[in-house]
Amino acid sequence: MSELRELYQEVILEHSKHPRNYRVLDSANHHAEGFNPLCGDHFTIYADVKDGTIRDVSFQGTGCAISKASASMMTQSLKGKSEAEAEELFTRFHQLVTGRGASADAVGKLAVFAGVSEFPLRVKCATLAWHALRAALRGDKEAVSTE
Amino acid sequence: MSTVVKSPRRISATPPVRVLDVERVRQDFPVLQQKVHGKSLVYLDNAATTQKPIAVIDAIENYYRRDNSNIHRGVHALSERATNQYEKARVAAQRFLNARESREIIFVRGTTEAINLVAQTFGRQQVSSGDEVLITAMEHHSNIVPWQLLCEEKGAKLCVAPINDRGELLLDEFEKLLSPKTKIAAVTHLSNALGTVNPVREMVRLAHARQIPVLVDGAQAAPRMSVDVQDLDVDFYAISGHKMYAPTGIGVLYGKSKLLEAMPPYQGGGDMIASVSFEKTVYNRLPYKFEAGTPNIADTIGLGAAIEYLEKLGLEGIERHEHDLLAYASRKVETIPGVAIIGTAGAKAGVLSFTIDGIHPHDIGTILDREGIAVRTGHHCAQPVMERFGIPATARASFGLYNTREDVDALVAGIHKVVEVMG
Repeated sequence: MSELRELYQEVILEHSKHPRNYRVLDSANHHAEGFNPLCGDHFTIYADVKDGTIRDVSFQGTGCAISKASASMMTQSLKGKSEAEAEELFTRFHQLVTGRGASADAVGKLAVFAGVSEFPLRVKCATLAWHALRAALRGDKEAVSTE
Repeated sequence: MSTVVKSPRRISATPPVRVLDVERVRQDFPVLQQKVHGKSLVYLDNAATTQKPIAVIDAIENYYRRDNSNIHRGVHALSERATNQYEKARVAAQRFLNARESREIIFVRGTTEAINLVAQTFGRQQVSSGDEVLITAMEHHSNIVPWQLLCEEKGAKLCVAPINDRGELLLDEFEKLLSPKTKIAAVTHLSNALGTVNPVREMVRLAHARQIPVLVDGAQAAPRMSVDVQDLDVDFYAISGHKMYAPTGIGVLYGKSKLLEAMPPYQGGGDMIASVSFEKTVYNRLPYKFEAGTPNIADTIGLGAAIEYLEKLGLEGIERHEHDLLAYASRKVETIPGVAIIGTAGAKAGVLSFTIDGIHPHDIGTILDREGIAVRTGHHCAQPVMERFGIPATARASFGLYNTREDVDALVAGIHKVVEVMG
């Protein structure tokens, strides 16, 4: 039960029920879709980027509590960051959820996702929005897939 | 080596149904005797794959320990033993499906390969530009995509017979879609996502009245009800070993010999030929025409053992047991607040798909797993079915012959736990 509580922390459940920045971003000049064909999770990430800075970011779509909360908290943590900082944060976040070293302090509020590392099958849920964001920043035309 | 064994239609006056002794049967499945996350395993993912009884595991092990050899070619003792067991499995499959002749049993990797085989041989031969292939809205991807590929290649149209909100086929709509352009209808016997049992015999009758052959995907039905291909009068019937307590990588395509004879081969290679020269190859007779190359001998023998095991227990008893479990589970699950059962057909078997308000099936699956309960979550390789019900996914409990009411009680307690954790 404690591992489950670690995974489904209050903050995560709250974000999954009331996701932040859950809208189409009218000013977006980047967007991309992320898709997990195994479970059907599907998100679109919108980003407004100018001179390498993410001025605003939002998302829409459907998914499990982990993927939705991750998308929601990602959008919160990226506003005002540079593209390079976003990439760096993703690297640390990925290390955190796969249990490969990154300390929880290195990812700020995203530390609540540390529990994911005990559930390897759920890493894809936690990182789906991030993969889509990366695709959006790169300007990929194809939806990114976790498979 | 290929004696054609013929069997009569089954006589309807069957002996009384043998009651399944579940507690004893459970001892036959070593995998069930384990704990997962500290809890006794409750395996409710049988529609994905079933566990294997000792009889099957032993059959495979004995083959590799004692009889391993190539079949249909050696004159030595091992090859003779291997060939005999391989062909004995064919006769077992013939008996299991009540096929008229053993040469109507083609060994393939599974249902998916069986359907692809028919699409790529019979389909390519019979379907032309402007023709139609009819399926239903409750098909699994394996009974959609092979036909899509065929229709794309030929410029034919894939038609889909609709279902109602309970997940039942609209038989009159199905009938309306059987047109002079329809070259084949491909339908599931038992829906893997909804549990609906289709009125296959009636569907075949409607199709045959218009000279349209019917392929039936029997992957889910074969382990759950006795199937009689002569009584159903189906033209093709596809099953997967691993869903009926046999190994993965082996399945059966049943086809009426008249149709199989007229079909071109599927793959070329050894065993499927009578003679080969660079100018001309003469294909082997049935069933070998469709079994190119060294087959999956060990798992075929494993399939034979699984069929003997099921025959020993009695399919009618299994069917009755699972029917009782499904009814019990449906009653219990539907009373939990916020839970909706997806697929409420009048004729149902083996499968209980459900959603919980505001909780994604993926999260349901993770929490149940921590309770030692294995269910499938997702779209069950039936995305069009999910779309029909306006949901991205469901959680699915599916029953096997070794499941008990205690398993259902554990599931119900698990669902309550899910609601508690997810608040």
